[in-house]
Amino acid sequence: MASNEYRLPFEQPIFELEARIEKLQRLVPQGVETRDELRRLGRELTTRKKEIYSQLRPSETVDVARHPHRPMTTDYLELTFDEFVELHGDKTFGDDRAIRTGWAKLDVFKVMVVGHQKGRNLKERNACYFGCAHPEGYRKAMDKMRLAAKFHMPVVCFIDTPGAYPGIGAEERGQAQVIATSMLEMSRLPTPIVCVVIGEGGSGGALGIGVGDRVAMLEHAYYSVISPEGCAGILWRSDAYRHQAAEALKMTSKDLPALGVIDEVIPEPLGGAHRNPHLMASRMKTFLRNQLRQLVDIPIDELLEARYQRFRRLGQFLETADGKAPEPEADGEMPAPADRPSPAAVVPSPKAKANRALGSVPH
Amino acid sequence: MSTERPDPSNWRNMITRPKRGVPEGLWRRCPGCQQTIFRKEAEKRLGVCPECDYHWFVSARERINQVFDEGTFEEWDANLEPTDPLNFVDKKPYREKLKEEQERTGLRDAAVVGTGMIRARRVAFGVTDSSFIMGSMGSVVGEKLTRTVERATQQRLPLIIISGSGGGARMHEGILSLMQMAKVSAALGRFDRAGGLYISVLTNPTMGGVAASFASLGDVIFAEPRALIGFAGPRTIKATIRIELPKGFQTSEFLLEHGFIDRIVPRQNLKSEIARAIDYCEQGL
Repeated sequence: MASNEYRLPFEQPIFELEARIEKLQRLVPQGVETRDELRRLGRELTTRKKEIYSQLRPSETVDVARHPHRPMTTDYLELTFDEFVELHGDKTFGDDRAIRTGWAKLDVFKVMVVGHQKGRNLKERNACYFGCAHPEGYRKAMDKMRLAAKFHMPVVCFIDTPGAYPGIGAEERGQAQVIATSMLEMSRLPTPIVCVVIGEGGSGGALGIGVGDRVAMLEHAYYSVISPEGCAGILWRSDAYRHQAAEALKMTSKDLPALGVIDEVIPEPLGGAHRNPHLMASRMKTFLRNQLRQLVDIPIDELLEARYQRFRRLGQFLETADGKAPEPEADGEMPAPADRPSPAAVVPSPKAKANRALGSVPH
Repeated sequence: MSTERPDPSNWRNMITRPKRGVPEGLWRRCPGCQQTIFRKEAEKRLGVCPECDYHWFVSARERINQVFDEGTFEEWDANLEPTDPLNFVDKKPYREKLKEEQERTGLRDAAVVGTGMIRARRVAFGVTDSSFIMGSMGSVVGEKLTRTVERATQQRLPLIIISGSGGGARMHEGILSLMQMAKVSAALGRFDRAGGLYISVLTNPTMGGVAASFASLGDVIFAEPRALIGFAGPRTIKATIRIELPKGFQTSEFLLEHGFIDRIVPRQNLKSEIARAIDYCEQGL
């Protein structure tokens, strides 16, 4: 099994059972007792997996989401889709390997896939900065999405990033600006968009390709405003509090649907997607097929209105009954400090126009 | 990404800057040049140091006084209050933190929105106050700004948002804060399609999720001189790439040089520059 090389601490009992089963299987000839024992162990393995994976702490879920053998965008492209034609380049600066884009076929659907890629081996990981995209990555994504929209091709986004790349070049080329623009463009892109958080949903880097008609996540993925380590470092002043931070941030599939952020949680194979990428890919296929079937028939105007409202609803706040606040500070009238300079003293104003317009103000 | 306390480009600022929102005495030390400045003198210049032109922090209320024609500002949605959707607790509960910040700043949350006249031009307006949990955006800030954008769309008003947010998306409201970025941006998308003019003014600091949403989406983007503006905090970048950051990195001047803002506007000219931009983009009339 591929995951043998990399073990998460809480997976230890699973590995121990697997080792025992393997040892027994190698026994030749197998007596009746051995076969009974094997069956028993097999059942125990399933129970343990279920037990362990149903009780993961949020920080452990983060570890699963970061598992190096977890299927990533290229795996889904290979296993879920019938064909993938990669389209490169943002036509402005470069071809960011941290975001892969291209045409793909899923049954009868021709779609545009946009997905973060973290890389399997060190070489690939370095080439795509461990899934942290630069501005050219988001520009590339926007370029391909526009292409898709032009020919009414649905867009499928796979989100799997620790965050957008924090670096000098990224800032020089406008990381903030491209993420903002990408969200704006996606919110009004005239074609269906399905987003799936397949691993790490890290902050703005994730949301930059995460505005869609449906946003789903895998069972052991996470989606958060900040990594638990980053949050612990800022609020607790120490990385050691990552468990508490992960808990407090409510970043797993157990909490996110209730907040309205996630529409559907796709169950993973027992023991995590990394234990059975094929099964995961086929569940992904079923999910995407169902979503696309529903979405392609919706008229674009309705689709865009629903997408707008989907995000418009998000957030929680209190609204006191009357428009006027009880505290004097928050009242509509400005408390003017005596030593405040008169605004007119700073720059001369066009008086005639000012008077005319002021006269029409109802107050 | 949200960082609650970004380093200003000059590390000295971190040490000498007084706690924001706290009333000061007669004199104060300028974070830019370290000189002791007579406070009234600087206030006459709208909080700009008379010695070195460093732009000091101004609160949302002061900012409104500076930008609007006297007595014309009318606040919208003052009745929105933050809640604690995640029951978030770090070293202390978020609820307590909110209460403390509200008492300290006199604000209910980090944004004040409304309408008023700027040199006799009616605008829809929003400002974030970096003294309230670093001006970070949670549900209330997102909702207030989104409503403002929607009203501006309906009433066909020019939209001005002045951002001062070192915090980006507010961690204490978790993913809901992140989603505010998409929410406001989507509203701005509609505003844009309806032909509205949006002037975004970036002040010190504008970082993270605020920079990566409404602050960067202006038709016209102004920035105050020497403001810290960027996506990732300098400390995060330093920790990632492990080399010294170039001097002036992530300042307004840096952004201007790299083509991401239209104009650097000193605070004393802001009002007239906004009015002029509105005039240039005005249709008909």
